[in-house]
Amino acid sequence: MDIKEIKSKFPIFSNKVKGKKLVYLDSANSSQKPKVVIDRISNFYSKEFSNVGRSMHSLAVTATNRFEETRDLIKNFINAKLREEIVFTKNATEGINLIATTYGEKFIQDKDEIIITELEHHANYVPWHFLRKRKGAVIKFAECDKQGEVSIDSIKKLITNKTKLIAVTHVSNVTGTILPLNKIIDLAKTKKIPVLIDGCQGAPHLKLDVQKLDCDFYVMSCHKMYGPTGVGVLYAKKKWLDELPPYQGGGGMIDEVKKDDISFPESPTKFEAGTLQTAEIVGFAESIRFIENIGIKNITQHEKEITEYGLEKLKKNNSVSIIGDPKDRGAILSFTIKGIHPHDIATILDDDGVAIRAGHHCCQILHEKMGIPATARASLGIYNSKEDIDILNESINKCNKVFNN
Amino acid sequence: MDLKELYQEIILDHGKNPRNKKKCDGFNKDAKGNNPLCGDKVHVFLKLNDEKQVEDISFEGEGCAISIASASIMTEIIKGKDFNVAKKILENFINMLKEGYKPSINSLSDNENTTIMSLSGVKQFPMRVKCATLAWHTFLHAAEDNKKVVNTEK
Ligand SMILES: Cc1ncc(COP(=O)(O)O)c(C=O)c1O
Repeated sequence: MDIKEIKSKFPIFSNKVKGKKLVYLDSANSSQKPKVVIDRISNFYSKEFSNVGRSMHSLAVTATNRFEETRDLIKNFINAKLREEIVFTKNATEGINLIATTYGEKFIQDKDEIIITELEHHANYVPWHFLRKRKGAVIKFAECDKQGEVSIDSIKKLITNKTKLIAVTHVSNVTGTILPLNKIIDLAKTKKIPVLIDGCQGAPHLKLDVQKLDCDFYVMSCHKMYGPTGVGVLYAKKKWLDELPPYQGGGGMIDEVKKDDISFPESPTKFEAGTLQTAEIVGFAESIRFIENIGIKNITQHEKEITEYGLEKLKKNNSVSIIGDPKDRGAILSFTIKGIHPHDIATILDDDGVAIRAGHHCCQILHEKMGIPATARASLGIYNSKEDIDILNESINKCNKVFNN
Repeated sequence: MDLKELYQEIILDHGKNPRNKKKCDGFNKDAKGNNPLCGDKVHVFLKLNDEKQVEDISFEGEGCAISIASASIMTEIIKGKDFNVAKKILENFINMLKEGYKPSINSLSDNENTTIMSLSGVKQFPMRVKCATLAWHTFLHAAEDNKKVVNTEK
């Protein structure tokens, strides 16, 4: 695979940052966009735009077809059984809120339990907290250990006959831990507990087959998948989408509206109220094609190679501590440097054109558990190379120089 | 934009060896501040006497070199000053970071001026301004008995 050539498809890399070449190590936050995606959005607006699904004119037909084409591509990309199981949202956060709200309304009673893990992003905790406030649900946290692993036993021991949902991340956005989803879902199935997967850090990097995985819900954010901002996908098994009440109300999601009652259509329409991010959804089709042209397995393989190279390099750097040591790791490396706060690290790295993220990465529970207020995080995408890691490492050494360590 | 301007010796020194980082004896006011995006936290303790003079001031907290240094420098400079003077210093300091004005505070000694000016480089790093201002806003909340936790995102 020619990474240089792949990287050349991303216009952002032709710009300099502070006179330096951009070393982008913040893809877990949001990935950069290839030119095909950017151009598609612009072309769509120039040549094909109108609102979808509402008008009879030819532009509306074209726009609707393009829009629905993306749904088909996603269905194939994650191997869902039906296109109706793909619901567009504005991001993964909205996908989780949608389930927390609708599933919560229908199935959660006082003292019912929801299991999440200590690794979760706030997006997979706060919506359940609302449910705790609204309905008296109990949230139980499956423990993660020092390595950043969540064992199947730590989940098993929390399950009771009040457990109504297990909601876990696919890959931790801090430790990079890939969770044992197959085991978790097998366990849940024996107890008939539905499982929601926060796939933000899974979908851009790992081969997905939701039928084989057999999860009930899987959410993702397209902006982390070389796609536009403002688009997310909720995959849910059809039986759930049939059973759950609508989320938001408005245009597009109705069947019949009368003065004394309203009926609703089937999914996905039922869950897609109002005008969506039409151009972005159309543009996202190109992101999927882009990923598929490279091959998701090739992406996984390449990122694994660079992650391992990075781990090796940073482990040799005495001032650096890597956070977590999971057996199965995605394309994420979080670290601290002795005596230097992660914000200071980020500022100094930025001076060398190295873009990382510093802070708690929306995972305060995890940071508290690890006993550190913040970490620096380098996260990879298909455009990263060993050279990027070398520059990162040099820049880390510079941090020590600036701080006279 | 020069890193050297941001991480001056004075700042590194205050960052590594912060002054007045404790609960001061006999404090009669305190307030907390958070920088929720970054996770910086500060708790300012203040002993304000009947003449509205800052008899003692200290802080506890965690954060980056800039936020700790700024809190440390603040306590050094404000200790012993009248509250009204302290407030003026604070306003000038924030103006310096946001608008780039040079603080012209007659009540500061040359030494104090040099110290406070060491933070002027932060202006070049807009993402870091709130690190530098957190403790100062928190001081104001403490002095004015504002029980709300300072939140840099608001
Ligand atoms: C694991 C995980 N979950 C959820 C999110 C939230 O994603 P978004 O803000 O796109 O909804 C993120 C992204 O930061 C993430 O890494």
